[in-house]
This record gives sequence, C-alpha cells and structure tokens, in this order.
Amino acid sequence: MSKTAIEVAPKGGFSFDLCKRNEMILNKSGVKPPTYRKTGTTIVGLIFEDGVILGADTRATEGPIVADKNCEKIHYMAPNIYCCGAGTAADTEAVTDMVSSQLQLHRYATGRESRVVTALTLLKSHLFRYQGHVSAALVLGGVDITGPHLHTIYPHGSTDTLPYATMGSGSLAAMAMFESKYKEGLTRDEGIKLVCDAICAGIFNDLGSGSNVDVCVITKGKKEYLRNHMLPNPRTYVSAKGFAFTKGQTEVLSTKITPLMQKLEVAEDAMEE
Amino acid sequence: MARFSPYDNNGGTCVAIAGADYCVIAADTRMSTGYSILTRDYSKICKLADKCLLASSGFQADVRALQKVLSSRHLVYQHQHNKQMSCPAMGQLLSNTLYYKRFFPYYAFNVLGGLDSEGKGCVFTYDAVGSYERVGYSAQGSGSTLIMPVLDNQLKSPSPLLLPAKDAVTPLSENEAVDLVKDVFASATERDIYTGDRVEIVIVNAEGIRREYIELRKD
Repeated sequence: MSKTAIEVAPKGGFSFDLCKRNEMILNKSGVKPPTYRKTGTTIVGLIFEDGVILGADTRATEGPIVADKNCEKIHYMAPNIYCCGAGTAADTEAVTDMVSSQLQLHRYATGRESRVVTALTLLKSHLFRYQGHVSAALVLGGVDITGPHLHTIYPHGSTDTLPYATMGSGSLAAMAMFESKYKEGLTRDEGIKLVCDAICAGIFNDLGSGSNVDVCVITKGKKEYLRNHMLPNPRTYVSAKGFAFTKGQTEVLSTKITPLMQKLEVAEDAMEE
Repeated sequence: MARFSPYDNNGGTCVAIAGADYCVIAADTRMSTGYSILTRDYSKICKLADKCLLASSGFQADVRALQKVLSSRHLVYQHQHNKQMSCPAMGQLLSNTLYYKRFFPYYAFNVLGGLDSEGKGCVFTYDAVGSYERVGYSAQGSGSTLIMPVLDNQLKSPSPLLLPAKDAVTPLSENEAVDLVKDVFASATERDIYTGDRVEIVIVNAEGIRREYIELRKD
C-alpha cells in the first residue's frame, strides 16, 4: 500500500531516457540529423622485417562532395606509435588526440616508452563505452620494447591483431592487394611498394577514397612520415587563358547607400580659467 | 525487410552550350553506383537525329529505355514526314514522353542540344517529369551544382522575360566554348566523386558532328 521506495537517481549505468524522444523527433517531425564530414577512406598497415608500415589516402568527403583533397589520416599517438583513422573525421581526430595525451602523461609518470597495447586498450575502452556512436575505425601500428605490433579497432570497440590490415570504404580493394601479394619478412622497399599498391587500389576503385598516398614507416627507435609519398591524381586540364570572373553578372535592381555616421565627442576644457 | 527499389542513381554530369552557329554537348563517361565504379567508359550522349543529341544522367536503365522510346518515335516520324525531326520538335517530344510517366517517372536528367531549323545552336534543359525550357547553356546531373554558377558567370544570358525577346546563345566562339567545357569538367571532377574518368564532347555545326575526348581524374 504505502510507497516506501523513493525514486533515487541511479548511480552509474546508461541512461536511455531520451531514446524514445529522439526516435519520435526523427520519425514524425521530419527533422534530419546533421551530416558529418566522413573520411570515406582507405587505410592500411602491414608488418615487415623490421617494423610496421601504415598507409592512407587523403580524400575527405561530405556525401558526394570532396570536402578536403589532401587531408591527413595518419595520426600521431606517441613517438613510436601512429594510428590511421577512418569514419567521422571529428571522432578519429578527437579520439586519437585524447589517447595520445593520455600516453604522454603515462610516459611522464613512468619514464618509459609507450607500448602499443596501452594505446590499444585506451582506444577500445573509450569506443566500447560509447557503444559505436563514436564512429572511428582505426588501424594502430607501432614498435615498442616487445617488438612491432599492428591492430585494427572497430567503432564498437572490438579489436584484431594482424600481420596486415585494412579499414574504411576502400578496405576490400586494399585487402585484395594484400591477400595476393603479402608475405612474411618483406623488406622496407617491398613493404612501402605493397602499401602504396593497396592504397592506390582504394583510390582508383572506391569513390570514397582519392587523391594522394601518405605512408608512415616505424622501425625500432626510428620513424619516417612520408607525407604525399605518391601524387597519382594531378589536375587533368587547365584553360590556357584562365578566367576573369567579372562583376555585374547578376542584375542589380536597386542601390541604396547609407553613409556611416560620425560619432562626435565634445571635449569640454573647463580646467583652466 | 527492405522493399525492392526500382531506382538507382548512376551519377554523372552533362553540359550543353549553344552558340550562334554551333552547339557543344558534353558528358563524362563514368557510370557508378554507391561507392563503386561500374565502368569508366560509358557514353551518356545519344544521337537522336542528324542535328540533335541528348545527354542524360541519373538512372542509366531508365535513360536507355527513354532513348529507345525517342528513337522509335523518331523513326515513325521519318516514315510519316519523310524528313528528320527538328531539335525544337524533339524537345517537345521529350517533354511529352517524360510527362507521360508523371507518376512513375524516368529517373533521368536530360539536356538536349543541337541546331534549330535556322542553323542556330539550341539547348533544352529538363527535370525528370518533363518541365523544360530553351536556354543558352545548361548543366545537369551530379556535378551540376558545381558547374552551373561558373557558366552563369561566364555566359550570362538575358532574362527570358525581356521584351523584345533576346537570343539566349552565348557570344563565345566554338573553340572558346569547348575550352570552357573542358575546364568546368576538370574542376567538377576535383570535387564531385561521381564525375570523372573522361569527358566526351560533341560539337554540332553546319559541317556536321565532331567528337573530342579529354581524360579526367580517375580517383
């Protein structure tokens, strides 16, 4: 009879209070959720004889429009660890920045080089907490005290540990190249060549990927960030004359000019008499 | 379960420019769906009569069906009248054909270009259900929003409401118009993922029909 249990705010756990409301807003009122800048993307990584090579294309899209023709998708995590990002650009950027600062603080506290598994755990626990709503698909690679490591991380927080990996909308095209040509113990040059071939497969066969090839080679105690290692898509035609975009192409119907008013301040000099 | 959808969008961009004694009709040759390229060498330009060409983007299955209808109607016209259809007549026929399917439209965005009976360049531009207008230049398809403002600036045409009516044809020479078309396609390809691979440019003038191709980015 008597209601003894008073509603207490729950301590922790998820709150689904707004799910029904959000669903109704989307279904009934015709409100569309905002569009995000997605990096359509081909990103890859492989392990070679003395380290890890990461690769990425440089196209960012918003729907069918190319938003950035030469963006950077290989993010810094630690001096010996880099991470390629696909998915919503803001999410990949934010999540890699956040984890890289956590790794930096960890290095200050311990005085030791960061490990790839540490970055992996921080990334996957963040992504799992957000249940896939932080849409970042990552290829994480680096060399630490325990050797070279390569991982893929999905937006929901699951991870793989692989000798060669691809992600993004061009992942199938890129994986086709890896599956046909990858072998253990590739040399540095062979590794870079294979990464470039995989990225180019994505660039030319997947509309979400395009423009240039970025490569990052990480070996023990050394890294090389080869920004725009290949430029396979130059502009094909430029008019010899160039263009003049003259004014007056839009009809002016009426003109009214309101001049600025001068603000006058009258200074009174009542000091001296 | 998702229901069957009768439509797809295969992307692509079409442009046409009318001059005093010529007409330039151009389209890229990429056909795609979603994030995939189906082919890099598909012509979107269809010759309907000696001096009348149709460039169409949208759903290429519908476009092909539409081209077949127009071709067969044109054949009947030739048998009955013993001459080729004029470009303005073909323009009206295309509008009627599109409106006939008002409630299950052809998903096709058309630009019709050619020479009229006086030998002047003419361009007709359409929506998917047959609304059309004779203009001096037009762009349709996935890259049209990128190209149209440039054409508006370079080829400003008089208002169709002006009295007495003025010619909509552009003051550009044939070579200048072709050069402009090449550049706007190269530019649209930079920013539209559905435009690329190659442009097919068809020039119609008193001498007949001439074709040019230039390569575009393939990514």
